Amino acid sequence: MDILFLLIPISLIIMGIAIWVFLWAIRSGQFEDLEGPAHRILMDDDDPMIPRKPQLKDDDE
Amino acid sequence: MCCRGCQAVAQAIVDGGLGDFYRYRTATSPQVKDLVPEALAERVLYDRDDLQQSFVQKQAGEIREASLILEGIVCAACVWLNERHVRALPGVLEFAVNYSTHRARLRWDNHRIRLSDILEAISAIGYHAHPFDPGRQEQVYREERKAALRRLAVAGLGMMQVMMLAVALYSGADEGMDPALRTFLRWVSLLLTLPVVVYSAKSFFTSAWRDLKRRQLGMDVPVSIAIGSAFLASAWATVTDSGDIYFDSVTMFTFFLLAGRFLEMGARHRAGQAAEELVKLLPATAARLGDHGEERVPVSDLAPGDRVLVRPGESVPADGRITEGRSSVDESLLTGESLPQVRNPGDLLIGGTVNNESPLVMQVESVGEGTVLSAIVRLLDRAQTEKPSVARLADRVAGWFVAALLLLAAAVAWWWWQHDAVRAFAVTLSILVVTCPCALSLATPAAVTAATGALTRLGVLTTRGHALETLARATHVIFDKTGTLTEGRLRLESVVLVGDRDRESCLRLAAALEQASEHPIAHALCASVDSLAAASDIVATPGLGIEGSVDGQRYRIGVAAYVSGLQGLAREQPSVAGDYPDGVVLGDAQGLLAHFSFADRLRAWAAESVAQLQGLGLEVELLSGDRLEAVQAVAQELGIARYRARCQPQDKLARINELQRQGAVVAMVGDGVNDAPVLAAAQVSLAMGSGTQLAHASADMVLLSEQLPHLAQAVRTSRRTLRVIRQNLGWALVYNLVAVPLAASGWVAPWMAAIGMSSSSLVVVLNALRLRTTGSE
Repeated sequence: MDILFLLIPISLIIMGIAIWVFLWAIRSGQFEDLEGPAHRILMDDDDPMIPRKPQLKDDDE
Repeated sequence: MCCRGCQAVAQAIVDGGLGDFYRYRTATSPQVKDLVPEALAERVLYDRDDLQQSFVQKQAGEIREASLILEGIVCAACVWLNERHVRALPGVLEFAVNYSTHRARLRWDNHRIRLSDILEAISAIGYHAHPFDPGRQEQVYREERKAALRRLAVAGLGMMQVMMLAVALYSGADEGMDPALRTFLRWVSLLLTLPVVVYSAKSFFTSAWRDLKRRQLGMDVPVSIAIGSAFLASAWATVTDSGDIYFDSVTMFTFFLLAGRFLEMGARHRAGQAAEELVKLLPATAARLGDHGEERVPVSDLAPGDRVLVRPGESVPADGRITEGRSSVDESLLTGESLPQVRNPGDLLIGGTVNNESPLVMQVESVGEGTVLSAIVRLLDRAQTEKPSVARLADRVAGWFVAALLLLAAAVAWWWWQHDAVRAFAVTLSILVVTCPCALSLATPAAVTAATGALTRLGVLTTRGHALETLARATHVIFDKTGTLTEGRLRLESVVLVGDRDRESCLRLAAALEQASEHPIAHALCASVDSLAAASDIVATPGLGIEGSVDGQRYRIGVAAYVSGLQGLAREQPSVAGDYPDGVVLGDAQGLLAHFSFADRLRAWAAESVAQLQGLGLEVELLSGDRLEAVQAVAQELGIARYRARCQPQDKLARINELQRQGAVVAMVGDGVNDAPVLAAAQVSLAMGSGTQLAHASADMVLLSEQLPHLAQAVRTSRRTLRVIRQNLGWALVYNLVAVPLAASGWVAPWMAAIGMSSSSLVVVLNALRLRTTGSE
């Protein structure tokens, strides 16, 4: 069971990393819009994959 | 296509290669109004540096950042369309729309594009963007939310780790464990619990301290005592390597409490955003008339006594009185009156309303905080801070409960100290933990939050806490007719021909005359013809009608007396209009040509919804300001036995008071067409989503979905909520009655107490979560 003396400190470090990642996510606003991304993924930048008439461009404004 | 505007928008969208919008959208967009040139001019003013000060952050070089409120977002496809369209503009560096709040963050390079161009590009695809000052509430909300999430994250991760170690320690206690490993695990638990107590639970300590300073006993006092003493005792036990540790109870307790408060906060913020949107009704600039003629100034610079010019199509910048001019004013945003009101010199103008017909000069009387609009915003704010009375009761009871609990704990501690000093602390802690009013304090908020969430997904927004509870006890439902049971939009119902012209040509003439008007009757007339003829020399007389030439002949449309005036003599006309007060008359120099009457269509599922409400045992009544025949027809079609026509707001109020004296609990459903006082008088009120801001402000719930069947669902949900709250309170009571004697007599170890406390809270929360499924019923 001596391995626990090594494994538990490692788990503490992993937990520290998890908290750091979480705090980063909060700081960078990942939790600000919880509804939009679910819809957004349905219609994002996959337009070039959809065959289209060649003269149409997305950014001709 | 519903109008030419839509056609233009559709064209712009397809031309821009954004046709996917039509494939992905899940709801149709609201109709757009044509922009008058003055509104365009106002937008250019947003480019001025002095005006940008309030809402634009300048960054390195000419890079600027602003927050926008986007109007007209109904589904994710709108977000997608806006983002794609605006990001494609040269000079726009970043444009991100938040779908939950309908706010957008914009960063642009001022060298390459101006703010007004971006705003114009947004309205070109049919949405409206207003800059707003996020410095106030929005910023506060965001910080509050982030801080709560950080605390929750630390508590959650700490709890998981400590629980894992606790399982090892508990099973080790039975199986026999290496003492060195046991000490090590206890130290690690201490290390993990430290940030949870110091950081996550800090808010409990500060609020308990605040309570104590005000000589009150809130929920947070025993919470703090339990967390603080359990932690200190466990830390002491760890350091001295003796006795039991309760780190698992401490972290679990903190996490559950924080999670409950986080959910509550989310509901509060959503409601608060509604108030923020009201502020944008005021324009950003106004045309002040000074010694040197007209100048454009920011509205914040206006002072009482200033003279301001309000052009047709502009919003009134502040409250004041008309000094020159006569026009009709659209007050629907504030009062819900769907027809524009005629205003003469000396009449009051309310800030935020829209001038429809001709220029007005007004003298400003009050600005800023003193205006009607900010009074409404304050009303809304206050309404949102109210707590449901069940929760207030729970809080009051909790105060006594806490006092009794502390006394009991002290008595038990004293008794044990006398008889068995070694176990005194463990028993006292068990009492504090086992009786923690967690279940009691979670009973109401958990149920209300779950039900509110389920209803919000349906499109029924609960703005006041007591709404659910009162709706559950309602005995009478009173409907307003226009805009509530009906759609509130006029449609041409019939054309009575008086002269020798046919129906088509009369309609064509009427539409030609009315095409420039903003009046709802004009919209209905224009919508009933395919193509519009040209009219010239159009003169509108507010409140009476419109005169103009079509194909070289002069015509008038409007109220009968005014149209007769064109025939040169005010002779008595056959009273066609008598039976149809909603109608208008068309005439030329020879005489009357036609009479148009208008009607309002019933909303979808109106009859089914009324039947459902009656099925739930509610008395349904109809009170309307409309004429008897119209009300009678609607009541008969919907199966409503009791109805009253021609009700003034005070008549409606009297009827509600009468019902209330008989002991009825009245739920009022209206859309704010002068309903605001009635909505406020009823015990619980619901406003339609298309209704006015004033109605929303005075209503307890807002039916954003505009689906009448959701009313019955809201009633069912509220009844279930009340049932769940009672179950929860009952469970918490029974649990305490059983657990306290056991704990006081020393039968319950602190870890058992923690499990008991947690499971009793869990039962309460899970019971409340059953309400979330209500929507699929």
